[in-house]
Amino acid sequence: MTQQDTGPGGTVASDPPGTPEPAEGASSGTAEDARKAGLKGTEVAISLLNAVLEGSSAVVTFLAIVTAVIIGGLLIAFTSPTVLHAWSHLFSAPGSAFSQAWDVAASAYSAMFEGAIVNPHTVSAAFHGGSIAQIFNPLSETAVNATPLILAGLAVALAFRAGMFNIGATGQFIGGAMIAGWIGFAVHLPMIIHVVVAVIGGVVGGSIVGGFVGGLKARTGAHEVIVTIMLNYVMEYLILFLLGLAVFRAPGLPNPVSPPVATNATLPHLAGATLRINAGFLVALAAAFAVAWLLNRTTIGFELRTVGANPNAARAAGMSPERTWVTVMLICGGLAGLAGASVILGTDFALTPQIYGTYGIDAITVALLGRASPGGVVLAALLYGSLDAGSVTMQAQTQIPVDIATVIQALIVLFVAAPPFIREIYHLRGRRGGESGQLLAKGWSS
Amino acid sequence: MTAITAVGPKRVTIDRQRAIAGIFVMLGVVDFFVFGLFASNGDAVFTFTLNGAAVSVPNLSLPAGPVSEGIGALTVILGLLYAGVRLSKIPQRLVGVAVVLGFVVSFLCWSDAGRIPLPFVSLMQSTMLAAIPLVLGALSGCLCERSGVINIAIEGQLLLGAFAGAVIASSFGSLWLGLFSGSIAGGLLAILLAVFAIRYMVDQIILGVVLNVFASGLTGYLYDQALVPYQNRLNSPNTFVPIKVPVLGDIPIIGPILFDSTIFLYITYAAVALVHIGLFKTRWGLRVRAVGEHPTAADTVGIKVLFTRYRNVVLGGLVAGIGGASLTIGSVGSFGKDISSGQGYIALAAMIFGRWTPLGATGAALLFGFSVACANVLGTIGAPIPSDFLLMLPYVATIIAVAGFVGRSRAPKADGQPYIKS
Repeated sequence: MTQQDTGPGGTVASDPPGTPEPAEGASSGTAEDARKAGLKGTEVAISLLNAVLEGSSAVVTFLAIVTAVIIGGLLIAFTSPTVLHAWSHLFSAPGSAFSQAWDVAASAYSAMFEGAIVNPHTVSAAFHGGSIAQIFNPLSETAVNATPLILAGLAVALAFRAGMFNIGATGQFIGGAMIAGWIGFAVHLPMIIHVVVAVIGGVVGGSIVGGFVGGLKARTGAHEVIVTIMLNYVMEYLILFLLGLAVFRAPGLPNPVSPPVATNATLPHLAGATLRINAGFLVALAAAFAVAWLLNRTTIGFELRTVGANPNAARAAGMSPERTWVTVMLICGGLAGLAGASVILGTDFALTPQIYGTYGIDAITVALLGRASPGGVVLAALLYGSLDAGSVTMQAQTQIPVDIATVIQALIVLFVAAPPFIREIYHLRGRRGGESGQLLAKGWSS
Repeated sequence: MTAITAVGPKRVTIDRQRAIAGIFVMLGVVDFFVFGLFASNGDAVFTFTLNGAAVSVPNLSLPAGPVSEGIGALTVILGLLYAGVRLSKIPQRLVGVAVVLGFVVSFLCWSDAGRIPLPFVSLMQSTMLAAIPLVLGALSGCLCERSGVINIAIEGQLLLGAFAGAVIASSFGSLWLGLFSGSIAGGLLAILLAVFAIRYMVDQIILGVVLNVFASGLTGYLYDQALVPYQNRLNSPNTFVPIKVPVLGDIPIIGPILFDSTIFLYITYAAVALVHIGLFKTRWGLRVRAVGEHPTAADTVGIKVLFTRYRNVVLGGLVAGIGGASLTIGSVGSFGKDISSGQGYIALAAMIFGRWTPLGATGAALLFGFSVACANVLGTIGAPIPSDFLLMLPYVATIIAVAGFVGRSRAPKADGQPYIKS
């Protein structure tokens, strides 16, 4: 038990909202230490070593990712028919079983890499007169997959900082996608204006859903986790219902699909029509900057963090937690709605009943992995985006189902959320005199 | 804890009795104006006899409009009386039940007016079928949360239970083994939940969500990797056949609904009874609730807090796993990706709606099961309401419940808070 008490990492796990900047605080501390140590390389090396042995939050995150990837590899290896076949001959040819297992997992991960970062074949093809754009296709796919994750991840992270769990990114995403999509296909506007209006419509759509949650919490104390989970399903059925109506339904199609959005309303491509990367990615990065600015440089951000850290103190200081909850949920809803807009206007172009995918749920894991900081969310979303993009290529090349990416993502977050667990399996000693355990995990009643 | 409660928002203190009365009046108005005045001409016909039943019950034919109007008027009067007269607990509940029943009847009349007869018995049968995983999932929630561990992972437990049930029953050819392993699979996910929540103190809401994603990814992966190529060997289990209880099963109407179903329904009856009696009538339950409400006090008197929590979480997982197995080997047989499709969350909603009590949760689960069954059955008779709205109903009802319009739903006090022995 002592380990938990001294764990710095209780930070993420047990408490996204409560601790304003544990990570930043810690890292600036070590940076300062390093500066004091001057140029004495050995001391720097020692402090670095200590950081590793103690399991600082960066180390824990890294080990969590490694562990998840290893477990994913084992899962791939031991569910592959060829490997299982080799295992049945374990005693006659023991080497083959292990080498087969290694081969299957290695080929899966290398295919994943080729789909997410760079594929050597396209590079060599480019030298022989192939398309240069093709080299960047994997990176473009990663960015495209990361875009809604960044935006929805911010929606969850910002709420965390205000002490709220926004499980409802799915519902807010649908709200945004619905309105952005409707403006996209039903309204006719000139070029640039159309896409801007549609994107704003997405923000508004998400805000309505998010604001409802905030308002309900402020007025009646309804726990936002329950309300958001329920709203997700309400919105899922709502979009299904709307796609059955003539207003939303593409004429002449048997499936519940909306007409495609007008070309004027699509987000422009950033690197030619062959690559799917679009302005949505820039919007997402801008949103991350805006959220960072909001959190650290504005009164709203200060109130938000104060309410997140201690609503009692905030109220005593004259702030209104209720008003903050509503504001935060309006903004969070807007961000998730923006994610919806980025998907409908950037990649999908038509509303379908499954438009929301798993973005809303992945957003929670992204926000946790990113430790609820805007920069962290961007990095985490890029990692998840690369896993998603890579797993598609992996399935095409090796027939290993894409769902392995979901398993790895879930495991990463599970481990990141439990630093004591990672420290135990890697025998890290835990931070000396570290922060006391962050046990701000809250129940329904808070 | 008092500090935290004080943090809660300034509650708008609406007199709860008046609020409920207001809802009754609203329901009455809907009964009267929507279901009554807008009913199609013609009678609503309900059939009560299944093909091949020994005793035949005559069909019930109601003039939809007048019946709904009558019920509506009565409901409005009840609502107004309710606002004025203080009632003790039991009459209060009876009035509530009467209003809800009246609403359901007038809704069914409106749906069926002038259309083909509504097969009441099969509607209720599919209600029971839909309610089984919801009830078992909600019981899992009750077991966990009464001991102080939030269980959002019900969805994952159902999913793993469904997967294991189908695969094991199919590959070993034994349904009972499938049922057993479904339960174990739910228990395994619960062990993960327990260890990470209790030992590593991961936030339980996050943990539940992550475990659901994990279960969905894992079963989805294994489905594509193993079940699709080996469909015949791994994913074509038989299903349990209905068992008719002697005598009781022959009672008209009630018999086929309550006493002529698969083993899962009977397990559910037993589970509801056991959990209710266990939690509220035994020393064991008193201890569990003590741990969930005030772990420090429980610890002081010698109750093993952490052990109680581990045991209850795992017990809950075993129960939910059975509910999961019912999704495959209790009804459709083979496993499909994300077959639980949000039912774990409905179970969670049922538990909250039922105020963390097994009986309340069961009632809510039945209501939610009924709305799912309506969505399926009313679609086939061409009722004038989109099924999406019926499917939405459980979630909307839960939002209304937690917003406090239907009496505050209060969680066990220490629910979700890790316990550290100091």
